[in-house]
Amino acid sequence: MSDILIKDVQKVFKTPGGDVTALKDINLTVKQGEFVCLLGPSGCGKSTLLNAVAGFQPPSAGEIVIEGKKILTPGPDRGMVFQEYALFPWMTVAQNIAFGLQIQKKEKAEIDLTVNQLLDLLHLKDFRDRFPKDLSGGMRQRVAIARVLALDSPIMLMDEPFGALDALTRRNLQDELLRIWEKLNKTILFVTHSIEESIYLADRIVVMTYRPGTIKRDQYVTMPRPRDPSSHEFNELKRELGRLVMEEQQRHAADELKLAAVD
Amino acid sequence: MLKKLQAFAHGALVPVLVLILWEAGSRAGLFSEVLLPSPSAVAVKWWAYLLPTQDYVPGSGSYFTWLISGELLHDAYSSLYRVIVGFIIGAGLALPLGLVMGANNRIYDLFNPLVQILRPIPPIAYIPLAILWFGLGNPPSFFLIAIGAFFPVLMNTIAGVRHVDGIYLRAARNLGVNYWTMFTRVILPASTPYILAGVRIGIGTAFIVVIVSEMIAVNDGLGFRILEAREFMWSDKIIAGMITIGLLGLAIDTAVSRLNNHLLRWHRGLEH
Repeated sequence: MSDILIKDVQKVFKTPGGDVTALKDINLTVKQGEFVCLLGPSGCGKSTLLNAVAGFQPPSAGEIVIEGKKILTPGPDRGMVFQEYALFPWMTVAQNIAFGLQIQKKEKAEIDLTVNQLLDLLHLKDFRDRFPKDLSGGMRQRVAIARVLALDSPIMLMDEPFGALDALTRRNLQDELLRIWEKLNKTILFVTHSIEESIYLADRIVVMTYRPGTIKRDQYVTMPRPRDPSSHEFNELKRELGRLVMEEQQRHAADELKLAAVD
Repeated sequence: MLKKLQAFAHGALVPVLVLILWEAGSRAGLFSEVLLPSPSAVAVKWWAYLLPTQDYVPGSGSYFTWLISGELLHDAYSSLYRVIVGFIIGAGLALPLGLVMGANNRIYDLFNPLVQILRPIPPIAYIPLAILWFGLGNPPSFFLIAIGAFFPVLMNTIAGVRHVDGIYLRAARNLGVNYWTMFTRVILPASTPYILAGVRIGIGTAFIVVIVSEMIAVNDGLGFRILEAREFMWSDKIIAGMITIGLLGLAIDTAVSRLNNHLLRWHRGLEH
């Protein structure tokens, strides 16, 4: 079972102005197949936690364990989708998707098959030989998702993947993601600062506090999908989470004012 | 089509005007025929320089071989050959060194002081050494051209590797690449815009150096030919040679630029 076990995780960044505790006492278990959103204002450490799970920045204390192994380095068992897409601009759509498989030295026929399936799954067929520069933001993020799916990793990490997209494209990709998640039974850890996005997508929303980043609320969402953002239940939860996030946002804003005053 | 023609006419206006004034001045006797021959005289000389020196003798070889046996084509070929060989040596050494210097700070710190001392020395200052070391013929030319091409390619390769966006490295590490694959499939292609800019500058420098180097140690090539023409006071041939140098330089730069456009067809900043 590829649960993500996050145990007593702490992350301290050394800065010229002194140590900053970005994460403190984080304990969280993400179950196989679960869709979990990390929600909070900027500076709450949600991306730091995601980067720790990805293995880019191992925690200063505590540990992250997946399938009995402690996570210290990045790896293709935890595919990451970045907000900036991070597609390789010198590779075509198909080459970007195939790259992870080529690294694993898969047979060419197998790679072609997987790439074609993913192009189909994400409606990218007509774009297979285009370069990323010729694609819209939404299309690029589809390619980035396909590139991670090609790895066939049980876990997908997503760092505000739809943050740079317009509202319609965003909703469209959220629906696609849910469709893929249900079909492929992935475990998803998804960072966002959009309350609505987290309620629309997640099984479970983890609200984080502003500096030091701790878990403020671990909220399960039981509404059946597809969820209706205009429904009473949706908005009730939105108000409640909005209040929690706003408290942290205000602490963030107060901090920024303090810093500005020092300057 | 009409637009293109208009743009061409617009661009040709000043050169044509200069030629007309020059020709008129020559015909009016304003310039000495020996020091500044008329454009028409230069054109006639250029044509003679281009044509084969001997008459075609049927049965002596193919017509085509005879057709390209003229002095100009031979000289242009010799110069181009030196540029290409010298450039390949210089860039061939600069590229791997630049890649490791860009990627590894310790290697950078090791080599950078030497590079900074050698870099400001113009390739031409190596001429005496080049002759001492390599004697006459092509080798000193190759050496000088290689030096001319080396530094632009080196500096741009270092800059290119250092400017690779960290997000690509993160994405690649996430996909599970090892160090070697990171280098060949991510760092190298990500740095190509810089490297190719260096290649273009390097080829330009190589072309300057080839002309100079031909004035010292060889007996063909465009640089040699214009110096030889001076000895006979053939200023029409000097100018014809200079125009050929200009055309060859333009051709090389156009070819490199086309190649760059092709290799960088994925690049965002490029219009084509």
